[in-house]
Amino acid sequence: MAREYETVIGLEVHVELATKTKIFCGCSTAFGAAPNTQICPVCTGMPGSLPVLNRQVLEYAIAVGLATDCEITRYAKFDRKNYFYPDNPQNYQISQLYLPICRNGGVEIETAEGGVKRVGIHEIHMEEDAGKLLHDDWEDCSLVDYNRSGVPLIEIVSEPDMRSAEEVIAYLEKLRLIIQYLGASDCKLQEGSMRADVNLSVREAGAAEFGTRTEMKNLNSFKAISRAIEGERERQIDLLEAGEKVVQETRRWDDTKGESYAMRSKEDAQDYRYFPDPDLVPIVVSDEMLEEIRARQPEFRTEKMKRYREEFGIPDYDIEIITGFKRMADIFEAATAICGQPKKVSNWLMGETLRLMKEREVEAEDLRFSPENLAKLIALTDARVINSSVAKEVFEVMFEENVDPEKYVEEKGLRTVSDEGALRRTVEEVIAANPQSVEDYRNGKEKAIGFLVGQTMKAMKGKADPAAVNRMLKELL
Amino acid sequence: MTITDMTALQLAEAIRAGRTTAVEAAEAMLANIEAKDKKYNCYVTVDAEGALTQAREVQARIEAGELDGALAGVPVAIKDNMCTAGLLTTCSSKILYNFVPTYTAEAVRNLQRAGAVILGKTNMDEFAMGSTTETSAYGATRNPRNPEHVPGGSSGGSAAAVAAEECFFALGSDTGGSIRQPAAYCGTVGMKPTYGTVSRYGLIAYGSSLDQIGPLTKDVADCAAVLEIIASHDAKDSTSIERQDTDFTSVLTDDVRGMRIGVPNDYFGDGLDGEVKEAVLAAAKTLEEKGAVVERFDLSLVEYAIPTYYTIAAAEASSNLERFDGIKYGYRTGEYEGLHNMYRKSRSEGFGAEVKRRIMLGSFVLSSGYYDAYYLKALRVKALIKRAFDDAFARYDVILGPVAPTTAPRLGESLADPIKMYLGDIYTIAVNLAGLPAISLPCGMDGNGLPIGLQLIGDCFQEKKLIQTAYTYEKARGAFPAAAGEVE
Amino acid sequence: MANIISDETIEYVGILAKLELSDEEKEQAKADMGRMLDYIDKLGELDTEGVEPMSHVFPAHNVFREDVVTNGDTREELLANAPEQKDGMFMVPKTFA
Repeated sequence: MAREYETVIGLEVHVELATKTKIFCGCSTAFGAAPNTQICPVCTGMPGSLPVLNRQVLEYAIAVGLATDCEITRYAKFDRKNYFYPDNPQNYQISQLYLPICRNGGVEIETAEGGVKRVGIHEIHMEEDAGKLLHDDWEDCSLVDYNRSGVPLIEIVSEPDMRSAEEVIAYLEKLRLIIQYLGASDCKLQEGSMRADVNLSVREAGAAEFGTRTEMKNLNSFKAISRAIEGERERQIDLLEAGEKVVQETRRWDDTKGESYAMRSKEDAQDYRYFPDPDLVPIVVSDEMLEEIRARQPEFRTEKMKRYREEFGIPDYDIEIITGFKRMADIFEAATAICGQPKKVSNWLMGETLRLMKEREVEAEDLRFSPENLAKLIALTDARVINSSVAKEVFEVMFEENVDPEKYVEEKGLRTVSDEGALRRTVEEVIAANPQSVEDYRNGKEKAIGFLVGQTMKAMKGKADPAAVNRMLKELL
Repeated sequence: MTITDMTALQLAEAIRAGRTTAVEAAEAMLANIEAKDKKYNCYVTVDAEGALTQAREVQARIEAGELDGALAGVPVAIKDNMCTAGLLTTCSSKILYNFVPTYTAEAVRNLQRAGAVILGKTNMDEFAMGSTTETSAYGATRNPRNPEHVPGGSSGGSAAAVAAEECFFALGSDTGGSIRQPAAYCGTVGMKPTYGTVSRYGLIAYGSSLDQIGPLTKDVADCAAVLEIIASHDAKDSTSIERQDTDFTSVLTDDVRGMRIGVPNDYFGDGLDGEVKEAVLAAAKTLEEKGAVVERFDLSLVEYAIPTYYTIAAAEASSNLERFDGIKYGYRTGEYEGLHNMYRKSRSEGFGAEVKRRIMLGSFVLSSGYYDAYYLKALRVKALIKRAFDDAFARYDVILGPVAPTTAPRLGESLADPIKMYLGDIYTIAVNLAGLPAISLPCGMDGNGLPIGLQLIGDCFQEKKLIQTAYTYEKARGAFPAAAGEVE
Repeated sequence: MANIISDETIEYVGILAKLELSDEEKEQAKADMGRMLDYIDKLGELDTEGVEPMSHVFPAHNVFREDVVTNGDTREELLANAPEQKDGMFMVPKTFA
């Protein structure tokens, strides 16, 4: 009797744009400032203050629209969305409803079956972010910090084209990559510079009509998104199976409890009374403006992959991984430009970098080491100033703190010992101390020499060239 | 001639010539305020100390040759919906009873740069919603022509302060007639410039698409001089317009030969008081005699302007006034249970009846299911009204008519019936919908000695034609009697 | 009066506008709003088919500022008007249950 259900998912993705200033005033958007130190009359809703649009916001929004195959609205406007909440100082948010800047786009994602699927983008609109509310248990009140109030956002509204959490993640990763390539945002989910609200409904497989949808908010990671989708799908199916109805509502996901709850109260009428903001004038996108922005569009992933194949001769697998992260591709290109050794740069990225990212749960966009330092590290190993295991050790420190490897090697005295006399003395000591291994080697156990190399390296605190140690051992044995 | 009899331009000239000083002028005005304002209640806040400090600084700069503008040293009153840094700004509302802005409205800054001396902040209808200055939370203002009558509104305090010689000139704001109508009721000159001519930065918004700051003055020459100073392109106001033709004093010439003046039949129908009608038509006749070409015509759509206006203004106001919530500034109720109760109590206790009425109406016309029928419909009619004016200005340089259907009503007569009060705006309101400039100047007295206002409306950016026509009329009319109401 | 405003409507608009009216004020508001809407209904007499809603009177467009930081820290000034503040922030009744 078990019925088959299909999940229908659409996404509203908010992306904080990487502008220096807020969308409607000259306050800084820098992250991490003390509360309310980046505010002015405009972004705190002081009476008589007026908004003026930051040109860069429009240009980023159009650039994202062009990169996601959208039509750019040639006559666009801002509207006011009216609702009372303390993080919204005017008690209306300046947004776009009637004439959003981009419409009718889409991106292609790879499906689990290996096919390609287009996820439609209904619209992209520009709007202002809200302030931050902190809860003060001591006073049993809330405190408002307006530093984020007025930070520019674009909201990318998809069509209900996704059918699984995997597709949702693939879509988000695709969007994130495009936007990062554009430099329009760093798209960090944890820090909130990319946020996704999930609109989800279920229907019996084969049904023509969509079911009633809910909107899920407060999703701070890909994992939370996957769990929330699974949780909401089950919740809705349970309701339907029990003969109940799904209520159209906004729900807040609690990732620690793994459940969601409805956010609605009597005081939230959800009637936003949108109307064109009379304080802002319309935006007319001319052919010239559009062409200028088009001409500045960066190389996107597909073109980059093609170029890497032609220019660098590194494996397709490496190209796939490296171009999958804007930051990694940037490091790869810059380091290669300095040292001229794409294969070696790629090896560092594919090997140690990925290993440490996984081990330390670091996102690609948070990689700290600079391409200059990576190139220096490669030069140090090429010149045999340090051996490869020391290089890995140095790289770990670079990964954490972006140290200059040249200085670090000097300071810590990590140079390979090139003094033949010192090496000979140590090897002689090792041979003397390990008669059994020496015996084994002489009896034809080639592997025994490895142990002796290791012992020598250990005695020299790693600062020897293993090849030289090997040579010396063979000579003395 | 005593100082207080002088116009703003005459005073500035006397200060430049060393016949008097900015300090003497400020002291004279403060003395008048002291003597009269208990009776008229023109001011919400008088900044006596600040005014004298400014006057001394300005006088020093004039003497040092650093300041020689047309209004340097002249004391001015500012309507209390314009922000003034460090000086209480209330919008005549309880909800802003303690609000001290950290910034100054651009129009006021322009005056300060020109050396004007700010005396204080004038009373108004709460949030500029009203036509009588009776909706102020700080008491009604009385008409210096006859204290039993209202001064008009919403810039009633500004108009009354000019008429009572409690300042040499004042700034007001005009959303639906709020400069022109009180100017008419008090017998002063008032002008609403083309939308975008004066920056709205720092003007506490009522209807953002309609609001415009303008001068209230003793005569047309002062009006031109003040407008010349406050008009500026302001990068802080997206709706501010860059204009090259703001040398308004250059057209103070006594000549209207060839000026085409249209007199709309629709402005002289039912509801217009006989004495007002007679005085306004006589003014048209005067201009004709001075060489203007005067013609009657049908403007059309006049009766639709009021419902259009109240829909748009209320909608915008409902949103503009959301920011008054008891969190960032202003009044917060004493006792509440939770956030939403705090919002509702603070706002209900902080706003007066007329403001609440318009917020409710505005919230309703924007609400789900009514937006198209009311709000969009009003915006469409607004387009038609604009078109009707475009047609008229294809034929005429200036449209001439009354400012208001009657002279100043008695205190307490208007508020009882809101719709009737709104009908009083019938001749002024369409100007704001179409973004046009218009000037109001005295053209006679009714039998009770109350002034009658003449309104001249121009096409967008045609302030100069208005100023020239008004100036010519004023010359022909002769001196208009000052308010007689001296305080015993 | 053609427009009859119900109690529910006044209640609902009160929620939207964050106003709390006394019973007496509610009755007055119902009457006022009904009359105003009757009056506004006059606009229905006009045929506006095909007329674009005019929100801006002038065809002004594309007013921008450049992406340059112009504002510094003015926290103390901007907080000075707050009814209640704590730790450099605006204090409000708690927003979460």
